Amino acid sequence: MRFILNTALSAAFLATVLLAGCSTTPTDEQSPAGVEDRKPAGPGTAVETKPIARVDVTGKPGESAFPELKDPKSILSKRSIYYEYDKFDVRNEYRPLVEAHAKFLREHPSVKMLIQGNTDERGSREYNVGLGQRRSDGVKRMLLLLGAKEDQIESVSLGEEKPKAEGQNEQAWSQNRRSDMLYTGEY
Amino acid sequence: MPRLLTGLLIPLLAATLCLVAPLAHAQLSIEITGAGGQRIPIAIVPFAGEGALAPGIASIIRADLERSGLFRGLEIPPLSPAPTEATNVSYPEWRSRLADALVQGSVAARPDGRFEVRFRLFDVVKQTPLGGVAYTMSKEQARTTAHRIADYVYEKLTGEKGVFSTRIAYVVKRGNRYELQIADSDGASPETALASFEPIISPAWSPDGRRLAYVSFENKKPVVYVHSLTDGKRQVAANFKGSNSAPAWSPDGARLAVSLSREGGSQIFLVNADGSGVRRLTSSAAIDTEPRFSPDGQSIYFTSDRGGSPQIYRMPAGGGEPQRVTFEGSYNVSPRLSPDGRTLAYITRNAAGKFQVALLDLANRQVQIITDSDRDESPSFAPNGRMIVLATVIGGRGVLSAVSADGRVKQRLSVTAGDVREPAWGPFTE
Repeated sequence: MRFILNTALSAAFLATVLLAGCSTTPTDEQSPAGVEDRKPAGPGTAVETKPIARVDVTGKPGESAFPELKDPKSILSKRSIYYEYDKFDVRNEYRPLVEAHAKFLREHPSVKMLIQGNTDERGSREYNVGLGQRRSDGVKRMLLLLGAKEDQIESVSLGEEKPKAEGQNEQAWSQNRRSDMLYTGEY
Repeated sequence: MPRLLTGLLIPLLAATLCLVAPLAHAQLSIEITGAGGQRIPIAIVPFAGEGALAPGIASIIRADLERSGLFRGLEIPPLSPAPTEATNVSYPEWRSRLADALVQGSVAARPDGRFEVRFRLFDVVKQTPLGGVAYTMSKEQARTTAHRIADYVYEKLTGEKGVFSTRIAYVVKRGNRYELQIADSDGASPETALASFEPIISPAWSPDGRRLAYVSFENKKPVVYVHSLTDGKRQVAANFKGSNSAPAWSPDGARLAVSLSREGGSQIFLVNADGSGVRRLTSSAAIDTEPRFSPDGQSIYFTSDRGGSPQIYRMPAGGGEPQRVTFEGSYNVSPRLSPDGRTLAYITRNAAGKFQVALLDLANRQVQIITDSDRDESPSFAPNGRMIVLATVIGGRGVLSAVSADGRVKQRLSVTAGDVREPAWGPFTE
């Protein structure tokens, strides 16, 4: 699992570096602000001074303050939940795993988690985004019931777009019907 | 003799194509299978002086018209002197060559370095000229000009607008690299609008053809962008908590219907194209996704599994009680309205597990399966409604296929060493 995680991290890092160096791509790398609504202060509005919120992003990717998340002997190093075809419920065998992560989130309220739901390749790409979301929402709901906080967890879907295993057979597909739990710094 | 010649020519041609292939690797190549029954025989004479333009003119016009399945280009022996648009037409001579229609033209260099291309179209049966146009263009615009002439000929002879000047957007995946590309409708002149190491899906053309909305996974989750094609500027249209997906333009180009999970599940919302003014349209415990506006802007068709299996529903564009539209089969997804709003194309899964393109006549409820492939996705109508481009898998590779709305003419568009998917046929542009 450590290997998989590290591979994912270095791939993400590589992708960032390569994208940044991709000169033929006419993309605007500016960070988006499409859904914000900022109005200029009108005349007569009092100027207020608010405390500055400090954001520290100096930590390098791959470095974690929580070694137990990477320790293969810790259940917290396990991050994947697999599903039956067309099923979305977290099977009993994964319950201890979800409980362990819920406990970790409870004990570290500032830590955030991204849950990515995935599907196999059959069917519509967009409907599969919906199916993957149903999977990640299910894991999120269970973590919330076990005491994690809403603002700690974002559940999203990668649909069929990021298969772990290639191939048009059940062996590959069963690897791809999956939810992955990632902590801050891992995505 | 002709058969022998063909037998010799085809391997020779194939060998030539193989030699050329590495240079043209980025281009979609086209293969036509099947053809319409009644094809109009047309003679397109090589334009006098067209040798000055690398891709030529007449051969592009002929290939365009033949791809429609409605025309058959005639072989023409070398004519000397080469006729121009001004040359008198001997109708009996062209009739004896079995031509119903004739195109003659010329290419002339201008003192400013540009070119003038002129042509005239003739109805050989009625022995009458049907009109012509003169274009001034740069050397690089030879293909564009040829497509325009093909559009003119197509419209004069069929009464419908041609789509040869329109463009198709699609995604190419090579290894772990994804490119959103835009090519001419014949696959030529592909340009890359976006390159990424994360997936790109669901490109959708704005009605004016200047922008593409799409879903990119570059932020480790699906986010909807609007991308201006001329300057490459991108704007986030939907990046809410959770997944943001399945963009569809309103016919006025002002708004997008999208599927968002920000309030749990996957539900359909409207947002302005700049990402402001989000409003929820559906309210179900199901997956509601793949919205599409009807061409009149009154309705939104979408995929929902609220009835237990994914089916297509329709609701008023402002929201309201949805009505189920598809009933046959347990998996009907990806609704796309024809430009006249009378036909719904979608993907249906049959009992054998094959995913194919179905057409539903919204007036008489008749369903017709128009493909014989088995992993079809993402159908997209040409703006004249005559053809549908779709993604499918052949020989383990993602290819695009175009099929006439009556299912008779099929073309395959593929790239070497890569998967092509997620086609979106662009609108008419001036």
